[in-house]
Amino acid sequence: MADVTAQRPGPQLQEPRSWRRTKNRIATVLMVLSFVLVIIPLGFVLVSVVAKGASVISWSFLTSSIPVSVAPANEGGIGPAVVGTLEITALATVIAVPLGILGAIYLNEYGGKNILARLIGFMADVMTGVPSIIMGLFIYSLWVLHFGYSGLAGAFALGCLMLPIVIRSTFEMLRLVPSALREGAYALGATKARVTMTVVMPAALGGIVSGALLAVARAAGETAPLLFTILGGLSAVNVNVFSGANIALPILIFSNASSPYTGAQARGWGAALTLIAIAFILMIVARLISARFSRFSR
Amino acid sequence: MAPTEPTSPVGSAGALSARRPLGDRGFQLIALGAGLLVLVILVLIAVSTSQQASSWFSTEGLKIFSKTWDPSTNQFGALPFIFGTAVTAVIALVLAVPVSLGIALLLTEVVPYRWSRPIVYVIDLLAVVPSVVWGLWGILIFATWIQHIYSSIGSGVSGIPVLDSLFGAPTSGASFFTAGIILAFMITPIVTSLSREVIATVPTMDREGAYALGATRLEMIRGVVIPHSQGGIVGAVLLGLGRAMGETIAAALVIGSSPEITSHLFATGYNMPSVIANQFGEATGLQRSGLMGIGVLLFAFTIIINVIARGVVERSARKKRGA
Amino acid sequence: MEEPEQTVVTHVARPASASRPQEFAPPGEVVFDVKNVSIWYSAFKAVTDVSFNIHEHEVTAFIGSSGSGKTTVLRAFNRMNDLIPGARVDGDMDYRGQALYGNDVSPIAVRRRIGMVFQKPNPFPKSIYDNVAYGPRINGERNKGRLNEIVERSLRRAALWDEVKNRLNTSGLSLSGGQAQRLCIARTIAVEPDVVLMDEPASALDPIATGAIEDLMHELKSQYTIVIVTHNMQQATRVSDRTAFFSVLTDPDSDTRTGVLVEYGRTEQIFEDPHDPRTQAYVTGRVG
Repeated sequence: MADVTAQRPGPQLQEPRSWRRTKNRIATVLMVLSFVLVIIPLGFVLVSVVAKGASVISWSFLTSSIPVSVAPANEGGIGPAVVGTLEITALATVIAVPLGILGAIYLNEYGGKNILARLIGFMADVMTGVPSIIMGLFIYSLWVLHFGYSGLAGAFALGCLMLPIVIRSTFEMLRLVPSALREGAYALGATKARVTMTVVMPAALGGIVSGALLAVARAAGETAPLLFTILGGLSAVNVNVFSGANIALPILIFSNASSPYTGAQARGWGAALTLIAIAFILMIVARLISARFSRFSR
Repeated sequence: MAPTEPTSPVGSAGALSARRPLGDRGFQLIALGAGLLVLVILVLIAVSTSQQASSWFSTEGLKIFSKTWDPSTNQFGALPFIFGTAVTAVIALVLAVPVSLGIALLLTEVVPYRWSRPIVYVIDLLAVVPSVVWGLWGILIFATWIQHIYSSIGSGVSGIPVLDSLFGAPTSGASFFTAGIILAFMITPIVTSLSREVIATVPTMDREGAYALGATRLEMIRGVVIPHSQGGIVGAVLLGLGRAMGETIAAALVIGSSPEITSHLFATGYNMPSVIANQFGEATGLQRSGLMGIGVLLFAFTIIINVIARGVVERSARKKRGA
Repeated sequence: MEEPEQTVVTHVARPASASRPQEFAPPGEVVFDVKNVSIWYSAFKAVTDVSFNIHEHEVTAFIGSSGSGKTTVLRAFNRMNDLIPGARVDGDMDYRGQALYGNDVSPIAVRRRIGMVFQKPNPFPKSIYDNVAYGPRINGERNKGRLNEIVERSLRRAALWDEVKNRLNTSGLSLSGGQAQRLCIARTIAVEPDVVLMDEPASALDPIATGAIEDLMHELKSQYTIVIVTHNMQQATRVSDRTAFFSVLTDPDSDTRTGVLVEYGRTEQIFEDPHDPRTQAYVTGRVG
């Protein structure tokens, strides 16, 4: 018997070769390409900073005084700038972080949906977009003109920068704490302040600290707010953060970057490496804390 | 057994009355004060900087928008800087937005979750590099390198009508375009992460609906993701614009510091935050007031853009929630 | 040979009075005196015109379908409704002779005498010890020795001591559902309240844990007064002395719903001889 069943082709399940498929492929390639386009310059910057900075970095570099620009690379160091960055950033943190946490507590625990709280929350977000140089001009007009340059003025300017960032990140963490915890504490007869400080804050603490550290990392790297508030130009350490001009790593890098002398430029790279290291360490610690202690963000 | 708690004995109503503890009230006031600080600071910024700039405003009047800024002849028109800010910001957006969207879509649509973490880390790394380090690398390494490219392009398009005026000579490593590129690197993290947040709110159901109809990923993105998130993405872009306008130090180092208004993108230029950063230290009198005034203008522009941006983001989020 | 006819006894009707020897002690002192209380959430009247008494050292159960206001009335006893903006109580609610919602009454003081256990166990993300010690600490107790005493006593009373005595420093979040709820009970009684309110305390627990909680209620009532909201009628019959049945009243004109107290009495009477037809419909399972 002849084979009667005609050979009917099976259902066409292979992907059609078509323009549609190609367009899709191109789109995917473009997306990957955009990521690559970002990795490359980042890589270049990091490699340059590490390569050029490492050649000058040494303990004496980190602690010696700042020489004149003309001095060759192996003379002097960036000591005063390191000290300045550490003390000014620390002071800014002490000013801005508690205020930011309290502000976020107001927004989440007390303000709720009322108009003032919504306005403050909105304007805090808007404030994160204000250019940092404006903070510098602000503190200059308000403070420096009356009380002179100082590390404190710089700390105020950095604090203005950090405040809205801390408010926003703390607010997000407080929001995640389940209200059942608050109810449990209220039912035991705790006042609102007690509930907030003894139950809500500890529950959100990991995320709050992590957010604050990221704000500190941001502040440590800022130049513009310090330009008109600490004056810079120092060669020796000023431990008194409350009076007298001061210097910080970003300011040093800024002035050395536009210097024609190779010595100054080399010191600039060294300072850049130091600054990036500080920022990276803060960022990594922040991520670690958030991973280990953030209970509610999963 | 010794009495333990200082509460009244059970079985009596005892003292149910008590005033609201002073500490509780005080705490609320402190928290409120901290929150109000935000508003107070913003108002003080506006007031104190405008005050310092008032002599410039009153002396120059409308000439604050003139195109000559020359301390030696006592002319302080701010137009070159406004122009420069606009140009560099636009260049930065044109370069950064497609890249940021690409990465955001890569993270939300293409890459499996396990791989998204390293990508996000890279973006965070990008964000953590301080502005001044971008500037340092920009002027000492990048500018000299890209100068060659500019020259080649410049000579290549010499003579061709529109292209010559945009990309022709004079070219310089430190220029509008270089500043735009560096700014693009710097605003990419914020535009990416905000776009990603917005895109993540697209319901999986809608995505699956498109796939179930046999759509390719690109078609699903164009048909479902983009329409859903375009409001939020616009907001993210505006925030990036605000950032690009205000980013000071990196731009100050690579923009060339020459207050000229020119169509040549590869030429040296200036923008608002850069001139303040570069000239404020040694400026006096009217020049200083003028620089303050430029700061006031910058503050006003960025506040307006940020208010619009946040408003747009919030409105699209509210629409999503079905409000 | 024929099998003798066997009658299979399926149901013996017993008069209600024979089901339990009449050993009702006279009801204890009145702890809560509720007179014509209505409770509003902004413009919504959640509960209308409720009147009844809660007696000392008894377990009183609130039963009824959802929306009938039982949780609302419960939360009014310790002024937890105060936390909801727009909540208002009309009428008289007295606690041992004093008006709960009087002008100079502090909700904080109220809650230290009237504790609450919630439907879903909510231990603090602190150690077991710190969970139980939280209440005494905010009352000012600092002495380590006394705190240790209080913690052990409360955990024993909550029938949790033996299971956790060796790990008092581990997190309260590491406990199982039933243990966590007993921890919450221990936490609540650590401040030596007068009354313990329980809002469906076992509804999130498995049957074995539920049994443990119910046994606990029998023991606790000798020391405290207990009011429990439950939608499990068998549970109400097992644990409570008195039962209040709430129901939803729909206004035919405006179609608004509100909760009302339908009937209140000794548990045996409510379940075996309900007076109101609505009560009968609910307890026999025809409605709700």
